[in-house]
Amino acid sequence: MLDKNGIAKRIAREVKDGYYVNLGIGIPTLVANFVRDDIEVEFQSENGVLGMGPFPFEGEEDADIINAGKQTITTLQGASFFDSATSFSMIRGQHVDLTILGAMEVSENGDIANWKIPGKMVKGMGGAMDLVASAENIIVAMMHTNRAGASKLLKTCSLPLTGVQCVKKIVTNMAVLEVTNGGFKLLERAPGVSVEDIKNATEGHLIIDGDIPEMNV
Amino acid sequence: MINKKVANVTEALRGVSDNMTFMFGGFGLSGIPENAIAELVRLNIKGLTCISNNAGVDDFGLGLLLQQKQVKKMISSYVGENDEFERQMLSGELDVELIPQGTLAERARAAQAGFPAFYTPAGYGTEVAEGKETREFNGKMYVLEHAFEAGFGFIKAWKGDAAGNLIFKGTARNFNPNMCGAAKITVAEVEELVPVGELDPNQIHIPGIFVQRIFKGAHFEKRIEQRTVRERP
Repeated sequence: MLDKNGIAKRIAREVKDGYYVNLGIGIPTLVANFVRDDIEVEFQSENGVLGMGPFPFEGEEDADIINAGKQTITTLQGASFFDSATSFSMIRGQHVDLTILGAMEVSENGDIANWKIPGKMVKGMGGAMDLVASAENIIVAMMHTNRAGASKLLKTCSLPLTGVQCVKKIVTNMAVLEVTNGGFKLLERAPGVSVEDIKNATEGHLIIDGDIPEMNV
Repeated sequence: MINKKVANVTEALRGVSDNMTFMFGGFGLSGIPENAIAELVRLNIKGLTCISNNAGVDDFGLGLLLQQKQVKKMISSYVGENDEFERQMLSGELDVELIPQGTLAERARAAQAGFPAFYTPAGYGTEVAEGKETREFNGKMYVLEHAFEAGFGFIKAWKGDAAGNLIFKGTARNFNPNMCGAAKITVAEVEELVPVGELDPNQIHIPGIFVQRIFKGAHFEKRIEQRTVRERP
């Protein structure tokens, strides 16, 4: 079973040289820590920066340079700032190569729910609906089950949707899965996790084709 | 040069009244029109509809208007960190319309650019699209969204001149340029009001034609919402 850093580490292997990448809040943010340093990647933050760097050293924080989580950040050489409409032109116009975001639920046809739990305080969708409606390449980073132990990989989402038929790949603490026409295709198992364990933790249709390799993290 | 300069925030906000719709630049607390908000608090006008990506925190930003119950409706994409907001929303005192962030930016830009509406893929198949016109283009579905209409737009820029030309800094730019010229009257507050001719025309982000009133903000706190640092090696 992977921890959050393990999930981030596995997803980092999906980040290729020359990619512009948008990272969501939570586990996706950790991905930046594990991207190989021999490739060129630029991170986009939807509040208006491309070429995000690490957090600043104490005393060097700038109220005018933050990420979408409102945290103080730095920029790398070659970075640029832009307005929100331009930022979402990058996103909706499919100029961003890879979007990594968290989810509460994903369905076997690629629907995603990650912004609202009815009856609880609703904070809003932020940029998530724009991201999932447009990105060609969306990877969901999440735990396989929720705190109550129920599967987050479902036949149909029970929560209000963020987007429809958009998720292509899911990396959880138990597995790497691809969303295909027929359901969740199991690609890799996390270390120490059996196919049987994954079957038991997946409510939606799980496609198991041949031997499933253990992930290399 | 057409002069847009006004003496102070009081003059800049002349004409605001109860039940108006305002647009506010800013992302979180970064790049918010602090001086205009402080003046709206002082004027204590009520029944406002506020278009802003976020709703501030309890004691800063638009949270200050919420404390005085000046806001009737918020149109935002994310309204996280504000207890008073949550209380008013859950009790039904405050009407909240949550919309995708890119849609918020584009509804402002559409108003600026003279487009009544546009199609976006964001929100298709979700409750955001309920009751809205949808249409297929090249095999993909889109939702029709309309340009904003607002009485005043409150903008914060880094530098400006009396002609109304503006330059923004860092990610404090965010929604500010998109909201310039999107309301009937655009009011820009700047940290530095420089003499006309000092700004390089090649470097101007927003030409003065989109700005009706400009003033130097008396005070900018520029509060950091999530101060995050790393260890020195």
